[in-house]
Amino acid sequence: MASAAITQDEKTNYLNADYGIKSWLLTTDHKRIALLYLISITMFFFLGGFFAMLIRLELLTPAGDLVTSDTYNKLFTMHGIVMVFLFLIPAVPTVLGNFLVPMMIGAKDLAFPKLNLASWYVYMLGGGWVLYAIITGGVDTGWTFYTPYSTTFSNTNVVAAAVGIFIAGFSSIFTGINFIVTIHRMRAPGLTWRRLPLFIWSNYATSVIMVLGTPVLAITLLLVAAERLFHLGIFNAQLGGDPLLFQHLFWFYSHPAVYIMILPGMGVISEVVTCFSRKRVFGYDFVALASICIAVLGFLVWAHHMFVAGISVYAAMVFSLLTFFVAIPSAVKVFNWIATMYQGSISFETPMLYAFGFIGLFTMGGMTGLFLGSLGIDVHVHDTYFVVAHFHYVMVGGMVMAYMCGLHFWWPKITGKMYPEGWAKLSALLTFVGFNLTFFPQFILGYMGMPRRYHAYPPEFQVLNVLSTAGASVLAVGYVLPMIYFVWSLRYGQDAGPNPWRAAGLEWMTSSPPPTSNFETTPVVTWEAYNYDEIDKQQEVPVAS
Amino acid sequence: MPASHTAEHASHDLRHHFADMEQQKETATLGMWLFLVTEVMFFGGMFCAYLLYRLDYYTAWVAGSERMNIYLGTTNTAVLICSSLTMVLAVHFAKLGNRKATAIFLILTIVLGLGFLGIKAVEYHEHWVNHEVPGPNFHFEAPKPGASLQYSPKNVEIFFSLYFAMTGLHAIHMIIGVGLLTWLLVRNARGDFSPYYNSPVEMTGLYWHFVDVVWIYLFPLLYLIRHK
Ligand SMILES: [Cu+2]
Repeated sequence: MASAAITQDEKTNYLNADYGIKSWLLTTDHKRIALLYLISITMFFFLGGFFAMLIRLELLTPAGDLVTSDTYNKLFTMHGIVMVFLFLIPAVPTVLGNFLVPMMIGAKDLAFPKLNLASWYVYMLGGGWVLYAIITGGVDTGWTFYTPYSTTFSNTNVVAAAVGIFIAGFSSIFTGINFIVTIHRMRAPGLTWRRLPLFIWSNYATSVIMVLGTPVLAITLLLVAAERLFHLGIFNAQLGGDPLLFQHLFWFYSHPAVYIMILPGMGVISEVVTCFSRKRVFGYDFVALASICIAVLGFLVWAHHMFVAGISVYAAMVFSLLTFFVAIPSAVKVFNWIATMYQGSISFETPMLYAFGFIGLFTMGGMTGLFLGSLGIDVHVHDTYFVVAHFHYVMVGGMVMAYMCGLHFWWPKITGKMYPEGWAKLSALLTFVGFNLTFFPQFILGYMGMPRRYHAYPPEFQVLNVLSTAGASVLAVGYVLPMIYFVWSLRYGQDAGPNPWRAAGLEWMTSSPPPTSNFETTPVVTWEAYNYDEIDKQQEVPVAS
Repeated sequence: MPASHTAEHASHDLRHHFADMEQQKETATLGMWLFLVTEVMFFGGMFCAYLLYRLDYYTAWVAGSERMNIYLGTTNTAVLICSSLTMVLAVHFAKLGNRKATAIFLILTIVLGLGFLGIKAVEYHEHWVNHEVPGPNFHFEAPKPGASLQYSPKNVEIFFSLYFAMTGLHAIHMIIGVGLLTWLLVRNARGDFSPYYNSPVEMTGLYWHFVDVVWIYLFPLLYLIRHK
């Protein structure tokens, strides 16, 4: 029985239940695996960020002076590969999702705990291969591995990188299968589908994409590797093979993959906005269904990456139209968050600041996505910094903001400690300002015609590039700062208590950090999701028993 | 089943995070089916490539298909169908708790699986000897002018690339399957399975049937194309 009266030091929890390196490396506790992921993903995030800093430093001056063009090609490729495959895709599901999915549905663990641990090892193995590819000279194909350059002409370590991503893909598949089965079969009594937190809905939709999309990427990269290693000729134009086939297969996964990245983030925002507005989410059914719609529609738009690659005009028109359809469920979410805030009792704790940042930046990222989905504009800005800016608004402004938002929101639950609020607010502010300073100039640069993936540029673009590099430095501070105070809080932070935000949701009805089995007794759910009106009336959370 | 039996077996077969054996079983089944969905998508990428190139280069596909050893291919199809039968029987006897019969049918399935791989190896060897393996040593005669079937030998190389990619990946799945069956054999000998707990046998069975079904598609698509 969990209640607000529990004092932390009397309790054994998942962190102090067992000690020693073995108890971590062989754990099947979803909460400990989430922490394993948190540490490894943070490492890859800073590695990818390091490449980004080198890119920005090179672009400080018009001349290609800091690194050679070959090195520059490798820098943006490694930045893309590490960030996309080893950070953005796994981050929210494997860290926050791993920790929260069983807790939010009142289960003791994920359906397949051993598979969950295996997914971390597989992820590390894939990451290891990518590191090996980096150390042995890097890859210069861009994160997209376009053929025939990747299969025939590049003389960098394409096979190692492709194999690394292939392996890491299986960790996604394992996580996806685990989440879907868990959400179907492990819910607590009384927790019907329409009572599920929206974070669960969005992770469910994400898992569907992981399960359906990742295998296609896996086979595609396997064929690229086989083509290099064994001289198979599947994409080889000299034999009559079709490089466009590669692009179709690649984007069949890699467009939906951006929803793997953003959907769990949207789930985080739904939790945070309701909590700090003290209101039930506006239009629960619509927000939940929007996640599923995004997952389904996401599979039907991939060729919008290929408008200038030589696909038929009619196909391009259909894909353009379908791309516009994706905007509908995305906008439903944004409008519903704002409607949730309307007449709510809003407070401005750090997670809410990040959520505000997310909503604004995601809206800009999404709207510029519509520019790119329009055939005429796409021809103009294709392969320019406009695309780079759009992508980073959605991924960094959207997904990373949401990830930071979630980390702050659930940090008290994960560790039992509060982070320092003042520093955290500062980091949220720095991230927002630094981000816009970095990437807004890139919209203008792209519109003016600066192509991406070049290490030198005409002098008239310098002012905007200097602004962008300056912004990147501010952004870096905004990311390093939380690293420091999160670690600091482990020792010096105030005890959080079970529910510092007076939030709804089963995860808040157990102690912080939770016991190994999450709940002393399986909770029975008799209330609707986000019952903030009732919680505030009682001035305390309903007790699970 | 009687409650007393369930309780007796549940103690060591039930994982700590499930409420009862039924939930545990349902969970395993759903997970396995989802895994098979990912496998469909995995092979799907190659079937997609196959379809595209077959539409583009139909005559080359006919020329390549005529080099397949249809006798060995047909034998292998029969071998795999028989192995599906022995697999079903292994699952059946595992559910009855008949350890000896389970072991016999698991061994038969393994033997048939290895037989398939052996025959496949013979076929690969034939292609190797005939210079039909893609790469620098690939050689395929161009059609004589005026022959009824006109094709480009280069396109035939794509056919053989897909042939080796698809059957190779299928063979890797067979090898994994044989490994799983061996693991089941050990667990069966240890007495892990009972009428109350036999999910691993059933799940491996699902996997084995899936791999068989893939072959049922590969066989006509690769071996049975003839000139219209
Ligand atoms: Cu896209």
